[in-house]
Amino acid sequence: MSGQNGHAQYKEGGNAHHIVSPVVYVVILFALIIGTAATVWASFLELGVWNPVIALAIACTKAILVVLFFMHVKYSSKLTMLTVAAGVFMFLVLVGMTLADYISRAWGNW
Amino acid sequence: MSESTAIAHGAAEAAHQEHPAYLRHHFENVEQQADATNFAMWIFLLTEIMFFGGLFTAYLIYRNWYYPAFVSASHQLDVRWGTLNTLVLIFSSFTMAMGVWCAETRRRKGLVLCLGLTFVLGLAFLGIKTIEYGEKIEKNHVPGFHYSLNSFLDPEHDAAAKQYGDKPLPLDMARHTEVYFSLYFAMTGMHALHMIIGIGILGYMMFRAWGGAYTSGHVTFVENFGLYWHFVDIIWIYLFALLYLISRHP
Repeated sequence: MSGQNGHAQYKEGGNAHHIVSPVVYVVILFALIIGTAATVWASFLELGVWNPVIALAIACTKAILVVLFFMHVKYSSKLTMLTVAAGVFMFLVLVGMTLADYISRAWGNW
Repeated sequence: MSESTAIAHGAAEAAHQEHPAYLRHHFENVEQQADATNFAMWIFLLTEIMFFGGLFTAYLIYRNWYYPAFVSASHQLDVRWGTLNTLVLIFSSFTMAMGVWCAETRRRKGLVLCLGLTFVLGLAFLGIKTIEYGEKIEKNHVPGFHYSLNSFLDPEHDAAAKQYGDKPLPLDMARHTEVYFSLYFAMTGMHALHMIIGIGILGYMMFRAWGGAYTSGHVTFVENFGLYWHFVDIIWIYLFALLYLISRHP
């Protein structure tokens, strides 16, 4: 009985396997190529502090495209989406807190 | 006794006929098995994010501490090789994604072709990386006893440094370029190791795919390997930006 219950709950929460069309893959391929060209081009410009900001912004955009479409997260279950989001969030917390420590430890002593 | 085992045996056989051979007994159905495996793969990738995250954080902190050294050292990398390698990896991610599609739509030869292309592009990436490593070895930019500071103390006589108009660094700052190259080899080396492991698994998958292992409805292995391969691609996207691009203008 418990098995049947689990089965029923699972059926409600589960997602049917979604096949992503090759057209989507081709569009993402071209978007990634354009992103690469854009980030290389931007690195030749004199933008001061904005150079790293733009490079990382384009890198994040490319990574998001790969995660959503090549890695199928856009078409995945909520569990997968939550897992990915939790991973990114955890990563940002750890990096953010480490950097905050390094920035603030000698505060006022320089 | 023999009767009861015969019944149990018969029951097991009947149970086997009800589901495909690749469904493990502790799962309710194929869908649940696929979701659980996919979830496990993502958990593994999260540990990989944390692993590379440590390296990225170390890079950011040292770059802030020894900024002039990191800028000069970064100028020793050739953006053209980095760009070419980025494009090679993006194409390999595309062929891998197409491989997953071929497996899902049961195209055996298409799958073998896509896996083969991914395999070749992976090798091309490593080949280009070898050329780059060779340049570092030639100029004694590999951290260790033979590490040379010439490019940073005397940039006038270094083609790469001259191209960016680098000024000579003071000796104590020039020494910190070795930190940049330590992180460069640690990060690109760990990335290359992931590529080598991936290429090995691709070879195994090509062999199995030729026999039709993934084109009979059970695509989990190809799908989850695709996740790994795309993850390695994402790591490179960030390595390219951090190591090659952000320090071109001091």
